[in-house]
Amino acid sequence: MSEPEAKKRPGLAVWLPLALFAGFFVLVMFGLFRPANREVSSAMIGKPLPAFDLRPATTDKPGLAVAKFQDGKPKLLNIFASWCIPCAVESPQLAALAAQGVEIDGIAIRDRPADVARFLATNGNPFAAIGADDLSSVQLAIGSSGVPETFVIDGKGIIRYQHIGDIRAEDVSMILGKLKDAGS
Amino acid sequence: MIAEIGLAMLWMAAALALLQLFAGALALRPGGTALIPVVRPLAMMQGLLVAAAFASLITLFLTTDLSVKLVAENSHSLKPFIFKLAGTWGNHEGSMLMWVTIMGLGGGFVALVERRLREDTLIATLAGQAFVSLGFYAFLLLASNPFARLPEPAPEGQGLNPLLQDVGLAFHPPTLYVGYVGLSIAFSFAIGALVTRDVGPAFARAMRPWVLGAWIFLTLGITAGSYWAYYTLGWGGWWFWDPVENASLMPWLAATALLHSASVLAARNALRAWTVMLGVVAFSMSMIGTFLVRSGILTSVHAFAVDPTRGSFILSLLAIYIGGALALFALRASTVTEGARFAPVSREAALVFNNVMLCGILGIVLVGTLYPLLTEAFGQKVSVGPPYFNPVAAIFVLPMIVVMFVGPLLRWREDKAARVTAPVAIPAVVAAFVLFVLVLAEPQMKLLPTLGLGAAAGLAVASVIPLFGRNLRRTPLPTYGMVVAHFGIAVALAGIASDSAFSTEKLAAVNVGDSQQVGPWTIALTGIEPIAGQNWTALQANLSASYAGGAPVALQPQARSFSSPPGQRTESALKTRWNGQLYTVLGEEAEDGRWQLRLWWKPFVPLIWLGGALVALGGALSLLGRVIRDVTRLRAESKIAWRRERQGR
Amino acid sequence: MSTIKPKHQRLVLVVIALVALVGAGLLAAFALKSQASYFYLPSDIVAKPPEADRAVRLGGMVEKGSIAHSPDGITVQFIVADGKARVPVRFTGITPELFVEGSGVVAEGHLQAGTFMADNLLAKHDEKYVPREMRDMTKAQAKAVIAETK
Repeated sequence: MSEPEAKKRPGLAVWLPLALFAGFFVLVMFGLFRPANREVSSAMIGKPLPAFDLRPATTDKPGLAVAKFQDGKPKLLNIFASWCIPCAVESPQLAALAAQGVEIDGIAIRDRPADVARFLATNGNPFAAIGADDLSSVQLAIGSSGVPETFVIDGKGIIRYQHIGDIRAEDVSMILGKLKDAGS
Repeated sequence: MIAEIGLAMLWMAAALALLQLFAGALALRPGGTALIPVVRPLAMMQGLLVAAAFASLITLFLTTDLSVKLVAENSHSLKPFIFKLAGTWGNHEGSMLMWVTIMGLGGGFVALVERRLREDTLIATLAGQAFVSLGFYAFLLLASNPFARLPEPAPEGQGLNPLLQDVGLAFHPPTLYVGYVGLSIAFSFAIGALVTRDVGPAFARAMRPWVLGAWIFLTLGITAGSYWAYYTLGWGGWWFWDPVENASLMPWLAATALLHSASVLAARNALRAWTVMLGVVAFSMSMIGTFLVRSGILTSVHAFAVDPTRGSFILSLLAIYIGGALALFALRASTVTEGARFAPVSREAALVFNNVMLCGILGIVLVGTLYPLLTEAFGQKVSVGPPYFNPVAAIFVLPMIVVMFVGPLLRWREDKAARVTAPVAIPAVVAAFVLFVLVLAEPQMKLLPTLGLGAAAGLAVASVIPLFGRNLRRTPLPTYGMVVAHFGIAVALAGIASDSAFSTEKLAAVNVGDSQQVGPWTIALTGIEPIAGQNWTALQANLSASYAGGAPVALQPQARSFSSPPGQRTESALKTRWNGQLYTVLGEEAEDGRWQLRLWWKPFVPLIWLGGALVALGGALSLLGRVIRDVTRLRAESKIAWRRERQGR
Repeated sequence: MSTIKPKHQRLVLVVIALVALVGAGLLAAFALKSQASYFYLPSDIVAKPPEADRAVRLGGMVEKGSIAHSPDGITVQFIVADGKARVPVRFTGITPELFVEGSGVVAEGHLQAGTFMADNLLAKHDEKYVPREMRDMTKAQAKAVIAETK
């Protein structure tokens, strides 16, 4: 066996790897949790909708213009696309919202009329009007980064809430609440 | 139905892992000996079940079951068979399932074949393996269930990222994964040995084949990944020091160091604590690398979806496993008695030098990879690239290569420098001669490529010197393995250095019918035509290239557009000769109807990947040699046992 | 066991390992200081231009209508803007797919007489991927980058 002094020195050194790893851990924690707070709240909340006037995305529903959102009634604006799977997943929730008397308008992103019609035939059609945004220009202007996203618009055409991603069943009541707030 | 069966099997495998952990832990306690025979079968069953779960996921992808969320998001009914298969692991959930599958199979295989280790150490190893697996099972089952269904089947799948629709890439991740996760076995061996304080030659001999196996796969994976990046990214480069690449390089460096220190431990019973430490570090590097890539914490061209929740889950696993193992190491290291001693001139000393240099490179790569994260903590954004990595890594690589001239010739324990002077002089003279010629012939060549070529020439000679004066028939396979692997390093280094020294590039807009010169090649654009593949369309340039006025060869670089999901990719066209590679890329149409072409002549560049393959081949020879030796020994032992039994009667 | 030199061989090994580790760390720190390439937004470049030969990365949006091709057919000039400042960029080479006006771009290169000479343009491949450097752009811009580079 080695003498005490020889034992002591490595005794401290053996903790070095753990200390280094702890440093790594702290650094990574920092990096990991910093991006977390960049999400959710949108810069567009409280701002009016940009001007747009979109042609109908499908034959059996009218197109969508910004004037429609200034009739005093709060509405949902759903950004979707027929090629997007979460959009199909959220359709029961949209149907539930429509069944409760919520007016939902849609914007179809980079889509073809035939595809939109097929999508609506499969997943139901809760929309009052659907505009076609072929170049994502309206989508960008309202600060949407992907599909699906759903905006709560108040009666004056001001964006009150932005929901990123599909609406889950548990989100429905929250969205109804946001609509109610927007109406008051 | 298959999805539900798969999920059920995954849960059962996780339950077995839990049992394996508890049975193992209890068996190690005094009075728990009754549980000892249970642990091995548990490990084997767990391996089979998780493999079956993975097989069900593969089936779902092959049949394109669009009611499964993962399939709908990552596959498409029109995809070619091979990419449906690759789609299984070309996504986060599938690749994590593959991860636990390899861990489970590895643990099961250890339980099946390992007979050298003390039984209690083996039990501790299997319990350790189960403990690590459990975290990943929890991660899969709780945070990333690959078998989740959609409420309604999707009409069509979303397809696979076009960049990933490549045959090479289909098999690249699994290869790397076998390597990463294979190191988990070394990790578990290290834990087991620390728990039972059984760090000795038997431990090193038992661990070595597993490290070697994992290391072969890592070597192949890195080599293939580098070639993939080279020909699909269309930038003509073969290594970008991208975080994903670093993530695969770091475990390789640690595993390489581990292989060499394990051979010291096996042969001489020295470097005990160090070897155990490396066993822990190697797999830790696999996990850290995977974490860095998966959490989206570092950006990379290969990044998977950024997801802080998953990131924090993996980070917790890292904290438990790496932190736990390092703490165990710190607590037990002082009880791992000092190993045998050796002189400053000895095989051991050379291997220690090699280990220190490898760890130095590992540190350099790790620091460079994490540095952007560190500066961001202070509000500054940086990226770290080749200007940092290349010279700094070279500071460690070149001395290591010089020591590789000497190391394999030295004797264990103690040697005289004078004994090896003559055999070392030959490669030294070769290296000096090459340097001299290069400096005279190409005075404008940069320092690093020049030194690299000199070192490569010297090492190529030095690597075969250990075979001189030996009976080649009697030389053991592992020695051949070492020779081939070291020679492979020399070959790869030569390729690397000559790529950076002699490559020529030409970028031009070309009319159809015109031609361009690059290096000794004359390349004419004879036409542009649209063509269609199974799920893509492309513009294809027809090039006619002739080497130094020789017969023309056809090359057809393409710019491909994929339909599902929409995306584009350049498809470079290569022409390989014995002395190099011509690399052509088609760009866009310029406004006046000319076409952009990017052409490189890269002398000897294929040596890089040839060298990588040789290194892996060397590993395979060595592994084969050791397995044959073990099997022969086992047979002999069982024969003796059988005789004894007969005599006893 | 009372040879003089390797009395505490383990101690010697530990010291060697520590020296190598510290050496590697110092070397890395020194090299990183001089070799890491810093990330700039157009407004940073205008406010505090980097030294002429220092490699940096510039990230921002390709301004609409700004892409101009040179007669040689392989050089392209465009303006990268972040809403506050505009920087002209010059790049010789094959532009990445989906390099279009109004989209996000990260250029690697150096500043030379007010023009950013790019050696490389980075495009993203995965629709779920946002360059980390883009985070400090305004929300709408960053989102536009994500959406446009889909």
